[in-house]
Amino acid sequence: MDDITRIMKQPVVRDILHILEQDAHTTAEQIAERTGLSKRRVMRMIRELESAGIIRKYKAVVNWDRTGAERVYAFIEVRVTPERGRGFNAVAERILRFPEVHSLYLMSGAYDLHVVAEGDNMREVALFVAEKLATIEGVRSTATHFVLRRYKVDGDILEQPEQAERLPISM
Amino acid sequence: MSKHKEILAQRVRDLRPSPIRRFFDLVESMPDAISLSVGEPDFVTPWHIREAAIYSLERGQTHYTPNRGTIELRTEISRYLARRFGLEYDPETEILVTLGVSEGLDLACRALLDPGDVIVFAEPCYVSYRPCAALAGATPVAVATTMEQGFKVTPAQVRDAAGNAKALLLGYPSNPTGVALSGDEMAALAEVVADLDLIVIADELYAELRYDGEPISFVAAPGMRERTVLLSGFSKALAMTGWRLGYACGPASIIDAMTKIHSYTALCASVTAQRGAAEGMRRAEREIPPMLEEYNQRRRVVMSRLTRMGLPCFEPQGAFYAFPSVEGTGITSQEFAERLLFEEKVAVVPGEAFGECGTGHIRICYATSMPLLEEALDRMARFAESRRR
Repeated sequence: MDDITRIMKQPVVRDILHILEQDAHTTAEQIAERTGLSKRRVMRMIRELESAGIIRKYKAVVNWDRTGAERVYAFIEVRVTPERGRGFNAVAERILRFPEVHSLYLMSGAYDLHVVAEGDNMREVALFVAEKLATIEGVRSTATHFVLRRYKVDGDILEQPEQAERLPISM
Repeated sequence: MSKHKEILAQRVRDLRPSPIRRFFDLVESMPDAISLSVGEPDFVTPWHIREAAIYSLERGQTHYTPNRGTIELRTEISRYLARRFGLEYDPETEILVTLGVSEGLDLACRALLDPGDVIVFAEPCYVSYRPCAALAGATPVAVATTMEQGFKVTPAQVRDAAGNAKALLLGYPSNPTGVALSGDEMAALAEVVADLDLIVIADELYAELRYDGEPISFVAAPGMRERTVLLSGFSKALAMTGWRLGYACGPASIIDAMTKIHSYTALCASVTAQRGAAEGMRRAEREIPPMLEEYNQRRRVVMSRLTRMGLPCFEPQGAFYAFPSVEGTGITSQEFAERLLFEEKVAVVPGEAFGECGTGHIRICYATSMPLLEEALDRMARFAESRRR
């Protein structure tokens, strides 16, 4: 049994992941209380999850729109001529190293690679596409769609209009 | 003024006022307190359910439904009970959609009980058990349960209290104690029920919220199906309290009688709510587990904190309540609740609201977001500590 299978087989490891995915600030002590494990056991499990690469890192979900800072995202459809023996990977690995690339996916359907690019302004993203992305060997065509507004990102609704109202006391 | 009083029916005048009416007003006057004194989920109804209800409005579904409820919803309830509880109910004849379990309980009492009939129930319990039985003209007889017996009514207690009774009302998993019955405990009660030839009204509104294993129903206990009216609903497990929707299942003759009353007094439940709930039944296995896991984490936090505070509590296996004893603090439960509210701005419900034997306890509802719950428990710990000094 490999390391990851062994780690994931432990009870409540999924609960720990869910708790940290919701709020990476949750302390080992709080997790221990919520899961019924000892604090030491929780700390050990988190260390294991980190070193196995299951927990990759801890970061904040930032709503840049609120800061007034301009942050531009574009979805780019990329058609690629696959390379013999390596398929799409060779081109993908070249693309993903650019810091402008926020996410990269291999797609089924009308095009091959889906690039999410980010930049400080539209010009920066447009230049990246025109000068870097489109000129990579193997890239046949690109189609760039700029994001106008982000409503929900990675499961988080950015502006939450919903406000539940409960009576302060009910039986 | 006194004349006005005389106008009111004697049955209504006889209803006991809640011992915590004053406390109720106090909590309502302090909206900035953290409330652990509610009887409903903090989750908003899952979007799939809300969206199905909105869609039904868009399609113009705004009319009466059959008295029993839409056949769509009754069929989904039937399938759901089969999947989750292994129960079989015919959607045509054995299921009635009600305006919450509240109406279901009222209908069951009125359909089954004549003036003078005795109905036995265990306290502490939900506040409407005694009034519903009394308004039906029946004689409610409460059996007191204690923390030492885990707030579970025993077969011996039922045998003692129900010698000449017609019905037994069971409310497990329990609001306010969070206590649930095991399959063996249900079977033991079923034996006495059969012996005494009782009819059972089983309020299982919290049946899905169980932390000690798969959900089970009293109806599944040997011989109980033909003598039990099962009352349940969507409010707690699917976070649909404001929709006012529940259901009653039982032998066709009883459901017929309940439907007769319902057809005159309520006609039918809201069509919009029924459309939403049908979607909820189809999605129960997807919607409930994440909420259940969240409640379970909060439950562990509450239990761990109560232990540290030195407030003894029987470990709740269901619902979203804990019912610790505050007797060790040297003040009454009513005083505890009032001073906790004033000194630390945390609202809990004094146990006497749920029957005399609840005195000395408080009901803590942990259907509150984790950060607020942790903050409230910190404050409660500080209050308990100050009592010790």
